[in-house]
Amino acid sequence: MDDVIVVQTADFEMQTLYQQLRQANTTDGAIVTFTGLVRDFNQESQVSGLYLEHYPAMTQKALQKIVNEARQRWELGRVCVLHRVGQLAPGEQIVFVGVTSSHRKNAFAACEFIMDYLKTRAPFWKKEITNQGQSWVSAKQQDKAAADKWDQ
Amino acid sequence: MNVLFFGQLRELLQTDSLQINVAVSTVFELRRELQDKGPLWRDSLERSLTLVAVNQTMANEDTLLEKNDEVAFFPPVTGG
Repeated sequence: MDDVIVVQTADFEMQTLYQQLRQANTTDGAIVTFTGLVRDFNQESQVSGLYLEHYPAMTQKALQKIVNEARQRWELGRVCVLHRVGQLAPGEQIVFVGVTSSHRKNAFAACEFIMDYLKTRAPFWKKEITNQGQSWVSAKQQDKAAADKWDQ
Repeated sequence: MNVLFFGQLRELLQTDSLQINVAVSTVFELRRELQDKGPLWRDSLERSLTLVAVNQTMANEDTLLEKNDEVAFFPPVTGG
């Protein structure tokens, strides 16, 4: 299976990941990619940075499980999931999901599914650094609802 | 059995891991054992506030445990 799953502190080059999905691939007619960025605000205050903690022994395994589930639901070609950990500044790239498929509908759906599941099932925790100090980000009900809708 | 804590839970308990040598057969029993350590542990490990993984796979209260399992408790995840 053509899965690339990476957890790293370093930034990534989207063009390189895109090329990995595209090169020598004549069977897939669609590539859908998503890139998540660090925002500089939350409900209460200005965010000057973010610290991303994870559970190293589990992270890769959890992401692979999500990708496996996507593959059970849709016919997919290549899948790439890259998530960064550690210290991040506003505007930085934090996550990348890329999916190829013979037709666009599967690629769109799988990309969204992987992000929705990643947000509720992969062991990452964000701590925001604001002018008020540091605080752990709490899980959002809307993220849970987005993941739950795939099971309806 | 090795028990790990992550995120805010790790900070609240000021503990990132501990060894449990008491025989517990489910996540439910392990949670009760840990909550007996005091009010801070009881409140922080409230079932509705935490997720649990056994051997790096999401688990629930009924998940069976064995002596050498790695169990992790953590708050709802916030990646992405």
